Amino acid sequence: MSAPLTDPAATPQAAAPVAPDAGKGRFAANSVVVTLLAFVVALVIGAILIAIADPATQDASKYFFQYPWDTFTDAGKAIGNGYLALFEGAIFNPNTASNGTLAGYLGPISETLVNATPLILGGLSVGLAFRAGLFNIGGQGQVVMGAVFAGYVGFHWHMPVVIHLVAAVVAGAIGGALWGGIAGFLKARTGAHEVITTIMLNYVAIYLLGYLLSVKGFQAPPYGQAISNTVEHNATLPPLLGDSLRVHSGLILALLAAVFVWWLLSRSTLGFRLKAVGANQFAARTAGMSVERSYLTVMLIAGALAGLAGVTQILGTNTQITGDIDAGIGFDAITVALLGRANPGGMVLAGLLFGALHAGGTQMQSSTGTPIDLVQVIQSLIVLFIAAPAVIRAIFRLRTSGEGVGQQLAKGWNG
Amino acid sequence: MSAPMSAPVTDEVVVLEVVERPLTTGRRVGLGVVLVLLGAVSVKYLGLAIDSGSKAHLKLGPATGTAHVPDIVVPGRGIGIALGVVVLALGVYQIARGFNRRQMPWVLAVGFLLFLVAFLCWVSARGSGTELDVLGLLQNSVALAVPLILGALAGILCERSGVINVAIEGQMLAGAWAGALFGSVAGGFIGLVSAGIAGALMGLILALFAIRYLVNQVVLGVVLNVFALGLTGFFYDAFMQPHTAALNTPSVLGPINIPVLHSIPVLGPLLFESNIVVYLAYVLIVVVDVALFRTRWGLRTRAVGEHPKAADTVGIKVLALRYRNVVMGGAVAGLGGAYFTIGSVGGFGKNITAGNGFIALAAVIFGRWSPRGAVGAALLFGFASALQTMLSINVPGIPSNFLAMLPYVATIFAVAGLVGRVKAPAADGEPYVKG
Repeated sequence: MSAPLTDPAATPQAAAPVAPDAGKGRFAANSVVVTLLAFVVALVIGAILIAIADPATQDASKYFFQYPWDTFTDAGKAIGNGYLALFEGAIFNPNTASNGTLAGYLGPISETLVNATPLILGGLSVGLAFRAGLFNIGGQGQVVMGAVFAGYVGFHWHMPVVIHLVAAVVAGAIGGALWGGIAGFLKARTGAHEVITTIMLNYVAIYLLGYLLSVKGFQAPPYGQAISNTVEHNATLPPLLGDSLRVHSGLILALLAAVFVWWLLSRSTLGFRLKAVGANQFAARTAGMSVERSYLTVMLIAGALAGLAGVTQILGTNTQITGDIDAGIGFDAITVALLGRANPGGMVLAGLLFGALHAGGTQMQSSTGTPIDLVQVIQSLIVLFIAAPAVIRAIFRLRTSGEGVGQQLAKGWNG
Repeated sequence: MSAPMSAPVTDEVVVLEVVERPLTTGRRVGLGVVLVLLGAVSVKYLGLAIDSGSKAHLKLGPATGTAHVPDIVVPGRGIGIALGVVVLALGVYQIARGFNRRQMPWVLAVGFLLFLVAFLCWVSARGSGTELDVLGLLQNSVALAVPLILGALAGILCERSGVINVAIEGQMLAGAWAGALFGSVAGGFIGLVSAGIAGALMGLILALFAIRYLVNQVVLGVVLNVFALGLTGFFYDAFMQPHTAALNTPSVLGPINIPVLHSIPVLGPLLFESNIVVYLAYVLIVVVDVALFRTRWGLRTRAVGEHPKAADTVGIKVLALRYRNVVMGGAVAGLGGAYFTIGSVGGFGKNITAGNGFIALAAVIFGRWSPRGAVGAALLFGFASALQTMLSINVPGIPSNFLAMLPYVATIFAVAGLVGRVKAPAADGEPYVKG
């Protein structure tokens, strides 16, 4: 019953206009503090989970009332090892660095960047749609279609070096744009809610991929496995730091896309229109903007961005398409967009962060046996807490203000 | 209604008719063409394409027992042509004269239903009279629809009181997980109760963050889905997978035959030989529908969902009611989740709900936030899924992946073509702050 009435953030979103410039500096500082603390809380909860899952700690807890200290030391050990492995997988691993090779030093960073690349692109896709007032849950389908189109051009067409790569990348963007565009078109023409249509299109894309992976010409011989032909070398994204490291020039693509989205949102007329529609579609319509056309346009661009995430998956990270080419990017991208507050720069950072968590999570699972699902839990908790700064303020007894992330982003059903 | 008083009274009676806006010509002809096409396809491909000798053989009941019904055997060619001609005639009438707005949905429904019957007869007759288990098809439809129905009811409970519930999937997953875990430790009934509690806890998190901390509810729902997926996956890997025998082998809730009712032909085996989750679903459909539109609680819920300020003014405790509804909704979704583990296969697996919560959400919107509409949508989806499974067995040659798309494509068409712009409860997703 007791809503925080004294809280200035506690105004309904309808009544909260775009924050005035005067408060901007304070808001930014607060949001950094809140983000960091959200992190701390999420990691603490993650630590508790690591301890619970640790067999040694479980054993020690059976005689907790005789020797409580055993439980705590075992738990501490498990948590320390777990987070150390996370760090080693994501940033720097002294064990592999000791052999002195480039791969040994930069391997973990390379893994982080490989994981971050599609997350940044997917995040940009979801974030851009957010800014125009649309909730694009269709990242999964768009990633799949991007990978399918890019992969098909990559292994079926034969072209000279640079041209082949460009053609494959463009094809991937078109594939994603097509899939996103369907949702945008349906929203503009019939008012069908994009949350439903994009979810359904995800399934359609997955099954379409399943079909393609059973068709000769797409499926790799000897046709026993659901895996596609291999993309020709000419069409692959070249590695950035030599062949020994997996990081590839898809990262450049992602950063260029971030610059493009920044330009679009803050420097172009189209971006202004999209943001106006996102802020208040009725006002935008009154001002003479075509809300319908904005919906279609933004879903085309958002789809293309997600399609590029599929492109980096198939032309960079892998060279063959499998059933799980999407690898959860479509949904992780939503958390990236939220953590990055739908700002291009923020989404790049958020993508890097979650890329690091994924890379580290893989290492953690293999070296300490802590399930990688922990990463998903931490990821969701971070976003949950930055979306509710009031919780963080309550935990740490802070006296700061600022609105939760996402307050202006996603609209309800009638939005 | 009455003539102006100053004018002399005449015996002229002014009759005010309720004038219905007729369908636009384009839409009228469009719908007619759809029916004509269905009829034509039915005559040409489902009728004439069948050899005149082969029979359609439809099975509607068990071979023996009180619920036994003799199988229906009809000439395949004749039935296809006959039904096709009826649909064709409906379409021609629609183009020429046009049914009115109220008749139209029924006419469409009848047209599609006849086409479907013709199609099923075709499936049976083309295989030179293979027996087609229509009862099994319907049973599968209901089985697939039950978790969707429960999920959709959960969505309605939340959204009618003004809290958007995108986290149905997460609540179901939590329910499925808790059902399997506690069902293994303490038996099926405890498992079912735990599933409800686990769903309710997920609902409580949703309520707390949405109502108290005013977090954007769509964002919150998505995040909670990721949270539930991660947490259940984590505990599955950490505990249930290594100790499958002790922690992940719950007994499956067995079917209970309702006395008398289960021996009704067709309906008996279809509806009254199920397990307790299914019966709970029946009860909840009726309870939610009646409660929402016939009780004080329902009136208050709808008031809070449409105009919380007005509700508050007359003394309804807006936030308390929202908390209660969201937690109840979570519990219902949790029961729906239990259907995936102790209600059917027993053990839990990662992401076992496989997006059913999202389909349930679509059913809520498709059904325009009404229990009946949502149940209809869930049944439609269940039927499309069951049909898909049946066709992949009976009609080899269609790639199974395309059939698997059927329910999803059908939903897109339904949402875009039939539903279009729907109106959610006016305050759905709006946090309420007093003052």
